[in-house]
Amino acid sequence: MRQGFLAKNPSVLWFLLLLALFTLAVTLMAQAGLVSTSLVKTLGKTLCLCLVAVAMDVVWGYCGILSLGHMAFFGLGGYAIGMWLMYARTEAIVAENLAARPIPPTPQEISDAIGSQIFGVVGSSDFPPVWAFAHSLPLQLMAALLVPGLLALVFGWLAFRSRVTGVYLSILTQAMTLALSLYLFQNESGLRGNNGLSGLQNIPGYGHVPQSTISLVFLWASALALGAGYILFAWVVSGRMGSVIRAIRDNEARVRFLGYPVEGFKLFVFTLTAVVAGLAGVLYYPQAGIINPAEVAPIASIYLAVWVAIGGRGRLYGAVIGAAFVSLLSSWFTGGSAPPIDLGVYVIQWTDWWLVLLGLSFVAVTLFAPKGIGGLFDLITARRPVEEERVGDYGPDQGAWRRREGQEEA
Amino acid sequence: MIRALLIACGLIAAALPALAQGTLQDVLQAHRAEVESPSRATVGTVLDALDDSDLPGVATFLERWQDRAVWVRASDGLFFYAEEQDDGSYALLDISTEEPVGTAAASEISEIRPNGGVRREIASALVEFQLADPDPARRRAAVTAIARAMEPEQLAPLAASVEDEPDAALRAQKERLARMLTALYGDTPEARIAAIESFAGETAVDARAILNRIVATRREAAAALPEDANIARELRPGGAIAEDEAYEMLVAEELAPPRVPAGDVLAALTANLADGVVAGVPVETLGDPDARDRAYAALAEAGLVQPRLTDDGIAEALASHAFWDEYVEPDPAITDAAERALSATELKVAAAQSADLALDALSLASIYFLAAIGLAITFGVMGVINMAHGEFIMMGAYTGYVVQQWGWVPNYTVAILIALPLAFAVTFAAGVAMERLVIRWLYHRPLETLLATFGISIALQQMAKNIFGTQARPLTSPSWLGGSWEPSDLISISYIRIAIFALALVFLAVLLFILKRTRLGLEVRAVTQNPGMAASMGINPGRINMLTFGLGSGIAGIAGVAIGLYAQVTSEMGSGYIVQSFMTVVVGGVGNVWGTLAGATMIGGLQKGIEWFNPSNTLAAQTYMILFIILFIQFRPKGIVALKGRAAGD
Repeated sequence: MRQGFLAKNPSVLWFLLLLALFTLAVTLMAQAGLVSTSLVKTLGKTLCLCLVAVAMDVVWGYCGILSLGHMAFFGLGGYAIGMWLMYARTEAIVAENLAARPIPPTPQEISDAIGSQIFGVVGSSDFPPVWAFAHSLPLQLMAALLVPGLLALVFGWLAFRSRVTGVYLSILTQAMTLALSLYLFQNESGLRGNNGLSGLQNIPGYGHVPQSTISLVFLWASALALGAGYILFAWVVSGRMGSVIRAIRDNEARVRFLGYPVEGFKLFVFTLTAVVAGLAGVLYYPQAGIINPAEVAPIASIYLAVWVAIGGRGRLYGAVIGAAFVSLLSSWFTGGSAPPIDLGVYVIQWTDWWLVLLGLSFVAVTLFAPKGIGGLFDLITARRPVEEERVGDYGPDQGAWRRREGQEEA
Repeated sequence: MIRALLIACGLIAAALPALAQGTLQDVLQAHRAEVESPSRATVGTVLDALDDSDLPGVATFLERWQDRAVWVRASDGLFFYAEEQDDGSYALLDISTEEPVGTAAASEISEIRPNGGVRREIASALVEFQLADPDPARRRAAVTAIARAMEPEQLAPLAASVEDEPDAALRAQKERLARMLTALYGDTPEARIAAIESFAGETAVDARAILNRIVATRREAAAALPEDANIARELRPGGAIAEDEAYEMLVAEELAPPRVPAGDVLAALTANLADGVVAGVPVETLGDPDARDRAYAALAEAGLVQPRLTDDGIAEALASHAFWDEYVEPDPAITDAAERALSATELKVAAAQSADLALDALSLASIYFLAAIGLAITFGVMGVINMAHGEFIMMGAYTGYVVQQWGWVPNYTVAILIALPLAFAVTFAAGVAMERLVIRWLYHRPLETLLATFGISIALQQMAKNIFGTQARPLTSPSWLGGSWEPSDLISISYIRIAIFALALVFLAVLLFILKRTRLGLEVRAVTQNPGMAASMGINPGRINMLTFGLGSGIAGIAGVAIGLYAQVTSEMGSGYIVQSFMTVVVGGVGNVWGTLAGATMIGGLQKGIEWFNPSNTLAAQTYMILFIILFIQFRPKGIVALKGRAAGD
């Protein structure tokens, strides 16, 4: 029996409804003054993190590639948009300063002034070649999507064609991320070394608009991107392509023997998720205001995997829940607002012990609740058993999910 | 020959009056004014006279003169050595014989105080006497002083003292120093060239410094190349010499007008702005560089501003002048000889530098090997990915720190000897606990092992931070590990690195022995190849896995102590090694201790090699190294030493 897209993915409607309600509620509360601008920004940033978590879920939970590089793609998107934001804003300030002089400036003077404003911190005033397109928003936006996409394409092609899989692939992606962050840490990279790009919260040309309005605009944009991304990925992982992708996760060799171009599918998923991660970065960093190479470090990508695992991989809303829950909880604990616990002999300050708690609870989730928080939904919406359609056994490998999934889900 | 004769005659002529004068006091009285208040200009005559007199007490006198121990009696102007006595008066010693000749009150005599310049002159004159001193220590000190100063006038006395030197080592030193001075200041070009050629191929730093001094150049600019100058090389602006630098030289030689900074041009234009027009150019058009040039040229024409060259003018000025490097030494034969000698040295220097680089690389490789070898067991042999491996290294290092710093063991050597097994015990226990509690439930889910062990890693790291604080803790090595081994001027390696290298070799041997020659090793290999079959042969896979994991973790602990001795101990030190360690194992080839060795050697060598191209930037070296590894895995996905057959597992 053929079913419509939404009928096969009931979570999409629910998710879009909840997302819309959430965005509306935050907007109304912000207008009423109940929610501060900084909280709106935090929520907007969280939506972007949810988007990259959904992408991560597709590449890991559905395709079985534990990529430790998706936050690097996210950071690349952020760097690309940050370059335009910084250039355009500095250009506006410089133009204003130069206009105060009686003699109009030459193009060279303007470029030098912008250069020394931006690169003064790294002791230079020349524009490195990577800034060639920084003057143009459309070009930088294209770069924000193309650079992560191309990097993922080349890296993925190299890795997949030499059949690097499993933990080896994870280590390799981690190495790629490390190389990228080390590169960005150098002043010679032309992206201001460990200073990173800053002042990104000021949108050029909209200096007169208050941050409270801008934060709401970005909240809406992030919500829109998350909704669109959710639909896109729900479509990718459903239907025949979704089946092939999940089959690759469970037994790559078998899918290859059935005649499917495994490398092509993996490359498609890897590249598409990288592009979406870049898009999430584009929306995230203007809200965060600053980007530096530490944001690209391998640890960020590992945290992304942590979010997805805690939320529950193999279901898109699980990734959203995990990213939102852990990142908000993390900022609550590390922000110092969590009350310390007095044990009599020792007072637990959460700023010191939060990471310990996170690490251990992560071990606990992996051991005792591999379905993550999302697994709780199975208690209320028992997945339909499909045993009657199935012929034959599920194979001997205990590590695969196919038995559990096959019994629970269409 | 005639010149030598003339010099000899001159010497005799100068010596005659001195011989006639008799005692040292007489010689000094002859130059009384110069001795009493010496200046740099006049002290030479006194020193010459003293030198010529050949009296026995001259060296002592020069030394005391320099040390302000010579006094003059006001009443008769005689010089004495004097020593202050308990009652405030001074005991006088005769200057010629050093016999006591009575006392004097402080008011009767006054101290002679030569200034710094004079004292330097005296010191160099003194050297001649010291070179022939009976005490070898003083002769050695004199040679060292000459080697430091390298003055032309030191050559003759030094060369003269070589013959009579009884100490063979010192004689060789003197002879070498004399050759150096000859190379620099020899009388004839032939002598200098011979001396220079004697240094060809010598890698010692001082010899190369002499040669480099001879080929020192200065940069010159003029309308055309001079005919007579000893030119090292001609420079082309934009090529060997930057255009800006070349133009600065023209300005300095007053061959071109100084460059007017852009800011000054702007200021001049602003100052001459009237009614929206600058020198006939409307102000709105001044955003165009050409319009600016026109306006400024017009102002210069009117004499209102200093004239300047436009970019075209500067290019023309550069093209019409010659720039060259000129040897300070005018004789081309000598500079050619020095260049030849240097280029003969070059190959040897390069070889020595390569050897030094190889030692560096070897030491880095042994550090990577130590960090990775525990992982080679847990990841390579067992296939368990342990992201907390770096934290086991950190735990080992902190164990060493605790043993050393918390006051139990005062002796560093003993502390290290206790710390090594203790670190093994601590991390062995931690590893066994982790295997029993977490990893054994996840053997079928490798990706989840990665994440669970990562959770443990961040928890351990944060706990270490909470306990020991964020600042780096030192792990002091025993004093016998301080210092470094320097087989030549260009090669050196610290003993601590040699010790780490030795430790790495010991580990390699121990591990190979355990895996290949013991019952445990046999069972480990059996369980990793086929746990089911091993279990049916009576091996308990759970116990073996536990012990293997404990062994790998324990080795990480010992590596931690070793790494802590060489780098600082921080809570984050482990995370710096984890990616490199995985790379080492993967590149080397999983499942093989030899592979880890090969991987560590390759990565260490590669990193040092890349650093050599760009020594200031170790970050770039790491970046390129990782890129290289990613590419390397494309061509050898199973690593350098790939397992074959059934052991490969697929």
